[in-house]
Amino acid sequence: MTSTVQAAPAMNGTPEVHRGFWALGWRRLKRDKVAMISLMVVGAFLAIAVAGWFNIIGDGWRKEVAIPYAPPSWLAQSAEETLPPAEEEAGAKTNAPIVTMTEAEDPIGKELAIARQNMGKYASVETPLRESLPFGGDLRGRDVIVKTIKGTSTSVFVGIFGALFTLLLGTVLGAISGYFGGKVDDFLNWFYSVFTSVPDMLLLLSFAAVAGRGIKTIIIVMALTSWTGTYRLVRAEYLKLKNREFVQAASAIGASDARRIFVHILPNISHLLLVQFSLLTVALIKYEAILSFLGFGVGVTQVSLGSMLAEAPAELVQGVWWQMVAVTIAMSLLVTAFSLLIDGLRDAFDPKANK
Amino acid sequence: MFAYIVRRVLQMIPTLFGVMLLVFMLFNVFGGDPSLVLAGKHLTAESLASIRAQLGLDKSQFAQFMIFVKQVLTLNFGTSWSTQQPVSDIIGSRIGPSLLLTGSMLVVDLLIAIPLAATVAYFRRGLTDRIVTICCTIAMSVSALVYIIAGQYWLAYKLGWFPVSGWSGSAWHNLWYYVPLPMLMGLMVSLGPDIRFYRSFFIEELGNDYVRTARAKGLSERVVMLKHVLRNALIPVVTTVMMSLPYLLIGALVLETFFSIPGMGNAVVLAVNNSDFPIIKAITVYIALATMIFNLLADLIYKLIDPRVQLK
Repeated sequence: MTSTVQAAPAMNGTPEVHRGFWALGWRRLKRDKVAMISLMVVGAFLAIAVAGWFNIIGDGWRKEVAIPYAPPSWLAQSAEETLPPAEEEAGAKTNAPIVTMTEAEDPIGKELAIARQNMGKYASVETPLRESLPFGGDLRGRDVIVKTIKGTSTSVFVGIFGALFTLLLGTVLGAISGYFGGKVDDFLNWFYSVFTSVPDMLLLLSFAAVAGRGIKTIIIVMALTSWTGTYRLVRAEYLKLKNREFVQAASAIGASDARRIFVHILPNISHLLLVQFSLLTVALIKYEAILSFLGFGVGVTQVSLGSMLAEAPAELVQGVWWQMVAVTIAMSLLVTAFSLLIDGLRDAFDPKANK
Repeated sequence: MFAYIVRRVLQMIPTLFGVMLLVFMLFNVFGGDPSLVLAGKHLTAESLASIRAQLGLDKSQFAQFMIFVKQVLTLNFGTSWSTQQPVSDIIGSRIGPSLLLTGSMLVVDLLIAIPLAATVAYFRRGLTDRIVTICCTIAMSVSALVYIIAGQYWLAYKLGWFPVSGWSGSAWHNLWYYVPLPMLMGLMVSLGPDIRFYRSFFIEELGNDYVRTARAKGLSERVVMLKHVLRNALIPVVTTVMMSLPYLLIGALVLETFFSIPGMGNAVVLAVNNSDFPIIKAITVYIALATMIFNLLADLIYKLIDPRVQLK
């Protein structure tokens, strides 16, 4: 950290001037119980996301491990009820006395016996599909919990990288615009007004129409369409800060423009960027879900929370609710924890801002 | 005032030009060869050439851009690639359903959010305030998709309180029969953030000196709230409403898709699916125009509400 980071005033009269801005903020955050719990939850999700990218967990989400729509097994009774094929077989067995022909009388008896024998041989080779899973299965008998983990990983990946690119684009443009002013500012403001006069969803879909589908495209398209908020925030901060004494001091010792922009001023708005980053991540996770749901998101070879939700309407009609519930719980937990953490970060790093 | 409006209108020209440039670059430069999309399965050299000639794709990029400029100036975007209908007919027929859905949603949202936000802000830190804030936070954490899927399944399919989806020719019938469920689902999404947003503005206003002065003068709490605080808190409300007006035009995209409402949002999704560029181009330009006009109107309304606002 550079010398330009101003130490916050001492609190409660204790001499804390030597403490850095971030250390003070972290101390304030640690006192906030809700924020700390949220931080842990977000951390757990990040761990899942990272493990998911490296295929440490959730790798086997494509594997069929159970019968289609295997019910959650902790519903012991309904697991029996929701298996109509099994019931029919049981019915066939009770009606067995009707077929009284012996094998010798039956014209296809011999073949049937051979076929049964052969089937017996193969049945032992086949992997037995489970009739129920702890969290249920989907249409193709894939484990919902593994799928949710993989889907969460994809969604968090898209959210974080989308937010990073968005932040990068918005910060660089905003910094340049606010710092230099003049013609550059006019041009970038024009650019900004062009992008803001088209609603994001429309812009997102227009880009998607041209760029095709897939995770990389979504991330790029999201960055190209959502940088405007960060741009405005950063520009305003640079307008405010560029004439401060510490920047004048930096220019007096011969710091270049780039150095002043990125080394001297940028650290002073980094707490705002942290909050902005969290906000963007949440927003982009939600966007990804909607895009995937509409069919413009991750392709069929990938799974995300949105693409899982897209399967829900057809499932619900058949009484299969567990995939939607799993996704809802995962997503709500993530979004709630993130939102509460953002509130905490704001209080900790921007204590003057009103709530 | 008049000079201000003229200047703002003149400022719209470069922005609109930028939007056109963006859209043009997107579809004509990066979008690949649309004649391939159009020719579809009957891909022959002649059909390609004739389509290219028809669309003017054999001309230079500059000439093509001029065609687009002419289209925008005359507001005539040609015919849809997928249905061969004139684009203006498609947009004209689809704007009504979008306005009906999102317009009624906006009205109900304001009628609930503003009084509720003012009440909880007034009883700040009380039990009601906490309950409402917690409810809003929980409501905001659930994805819009979940509301729509679950709402359609439980309220329409299982309980039969609403039609599952659909639309009719009569606006009145739509309003009381087909609109309520998608509107309810939309409100589930919008009310949480709106209440929290307006609440913070009411709290800010309540902390101002003029509130203390008004109370000190012996005005009743009702007068203080209704005549003074509400009026001042109206500015952010106007901003949000005016900002959301262009979105009324494209409707609630997901809601329209899900409930088969033949609005603009549905048209956008369809057009993107069919690579129907004329429709996307036209809708983008119209929405951009609407956004600029509504932004100007918002600034003019500020002036009406609050004479302290300086229009520069």
